Amino acid sequence: MQKFTTLKTLFKRYRRPGDIVFAWFALAVAVFLLSQITQQVQFKQGGKFGSQPQLWPMVSLGLMTVFAAFHVLGSAVSERIAGRWQEVGKWLASIEYAVWFVIYAALVPKIGYLPATLAFAALLALRAGYRSKVVLGAIALVGLATVVLFKTLLQVKLPAGQIYEYLPDGLRLFMIAYF
Amino acid sequence: MENILAGAALLARWDVVIALFAGSIGGVIIGAIPGVGPAVAIAILLPATFSLDPIVGLTVLLGIYGSSMYGGALPAVLINTPGTAVNALTASDGYPMTLRGQAHRAVSLAYSASFWGGIFGILCLILLTPLLAWVAPQFGSREIFLAALLGIILVVLAYRGQVMAAGMLAMFGVFLQTVGLDAITYTQRYTFGMTFLSSGVNLIVVVLGLFALSQAFFLLVEPDDSPKPQPVSGSLFGGFKELLKHKRIATVASGFGVIMGMVPGVGEFTAQFMSYTYAQKTSKDPDSFGNGSPEGLVASEAANNAVPAAAMIPLLALGIPGEALTAMMLSVFYVHNVIPGPALFQNNIDFVYALYLALIILNVIVVLFLISATNLMTKIIQVPTRLLGVIILMLSFVGVYSLRNSLSDCMMAAGFGVLGLVLKRLNLPIVPIVLGMVLGGIMEVKLRAAMARVKTPFDMIDRPIAFIIFIVILLVLGLHMRALVRDWQANQKDADHDLHDTQIR
Repeated sequence: MQKFTTLKTLFKRYRRPGDIVFAWFALAVAVFLLSQITQQVQFKQGGKFGSQPQLWPMVSLGLMTVFAAFHVLGSAVSERIAGRWQEVGKWLASIEYAVWFVIYAALVPKIGYLPATLAFAALLALRAGYRSKVVLGAIALVGLATVVLFKTLLQVKLPAGQIYEYLPDGLRLFMIAYF
Repeated sequence: MENILAGAALLARWDVVIALFAGSIGGVIIGAIPGVGPAVAIAILLPATFSLDPIVGLTVLLGIYGSSMYGGALPAVLINTPGTAVNALTASDGYPMTLRGQAHRAVSLAYSASFWGGIFGILCLILLTPLLAWVAPQFGSREIFLAALLGIILVVLAYRGQVMAAGMLAMFGVFLQTVGLDAITYTQRYTFGMTFLSSGVNLIVVVLGLFALSQAFFLLVEPDDSPKPQPVSGSLFGGFKELLKHKRIATVASGFGVIMGMVPGVGEFTAQFMSYTYAQKTSKDPDSFGNGSPEGLVASEAANNAVPAAAMIPLLALGIPGEALTAMMLSVFYVHNVIPGPALFQNNIDFVYALYLALIILNVIVVLFLISATNLMTKIIQVPTRLLGVIILMLSFVGVYSLRNSLSDCMMAAGFGVLGLVLKRLNLPIVPIVLGMVLGGIMEVKLRAAMARVKTPFDMIDRPIAFIIFIVILLVLGLHMRALVRDWQANQKDADHDLHDTQIR
């Protein structure tokens, strides 16, 4: 644990590898969004300046561009930190898990919350490198507990699976209502 | 007194009692697991609390907020890994005590100092309430606009070394809240012709993506790890007795916590640092600080636990959150049409007192739970990190999807999750985006409302409170500029540190 001698030291944040890549990306996004302002927001004739729908997008994107430009400048004049592209590789690797999440969300209305959650938990645990039956059983139990807590007990608004339509009458209604 | 009793009556319900236990115990467990933190938990639970009564939903969230720092002290002391970012200084004195075979003493002292700080913060809040009830109605649209502007400026300037990045992210947050159909002119803003953007970018979707999903991705892309703390033996009540020897430090530290908790953007870090410095300067044994000083541990824990109650002050009195967790709570208020701000103190003061009492009760529950279940907690915090990532993803799904049953929301949250991961890995702050969204929305609405009475720019500051806030804004900017000039003249290089790398805030 570092020792802090001043309040300024405590608050100070330091750059990490890949900072300049993100800085350029953020600047490009800010400039692109700002360039779209006349197409994406209408100007209201005769309206007060403070009530214009364009005001806040203009202020926020204008300042975002200025800050982003200074951030790029700050990164550019700072000492280069090794490992920039390995770091970008980590960012890209996270997209895989974002895809897992979206697939899980897409499957819930099709195969139902309970089956989708159990499948998601077990498969993602396998993907994460767990092979032990105890761990896989535990994660399935956590999945079941999540479904019971949110859908069965708290009745959180989640759609019933289309697949439930193929179940026998009594079981179908039970599954639609609770799982 | 009448209002306090009315507040107590609001809490006398079985569902509130369950919420108190669930929130406080859940918060301790979440706080104790390194890599989760209260922001992730509150983000996940937010949508679930929308279906509950406001007092029940807010009790759960307050429970998590108020108790997570208690839990965070445990891994800080036992394995030198703060459970929440604000327990960082706790580790610097708690862990050396563990190495000396005094884990039991350190944990016990941390709990009792946390309890002292927590209760002190709530008592200050209760004592300040009449003053707040008097001051809050003096705030009109102009004053709230300026206070929100001050909040954004403070939040940006708080990220020293990354002010430009923090400013950029705060402005990105302000921009995000403008996307969609403008409520006054009914015109589309930045929807690019996409229907799902017409209803705007939902704050909860952004919060869940930036805090919860990003944390899951963060854990999943890294190699697996599992903390292995040693069990703690013996009674943990002894800390209260020892705390009485350090009651001056605990009280001053709690005072710093209360004052700093009210200021947006600074909160626990500044409070901890100031109280730690005070404790060291007034100690008979200053050299022991950082090497297992009980006084350092008390200062750090009392300060950070006094903050949650104080952070509720700007939220309840003005409807202005000072940090991410209270920003998330604000959405619960709005969903239930309980609008925090001056009107809350005039019309629902019993509700305000009910929240205070809930905070007191949860502090008692937490400390009793921890004293009896610390060893159980040491087992819970051993969850492997990648498995934790899978669990966070599962729980986050409920939060995002239950909002509107929308796949677009899930995709957007996943996108913000990746952005959050990038920011965390780059040591850049996430909080400015969330506060930018919330405070930006407040500023837009209040400026529009103020326009009716504003003929020239000077009319914005022609009332006493508005003028004072304006002067404070100038002062803050001036002091920051002065600090920059001094830094440049001194040309000193600070030593790098990883305090913010935990990025739980």
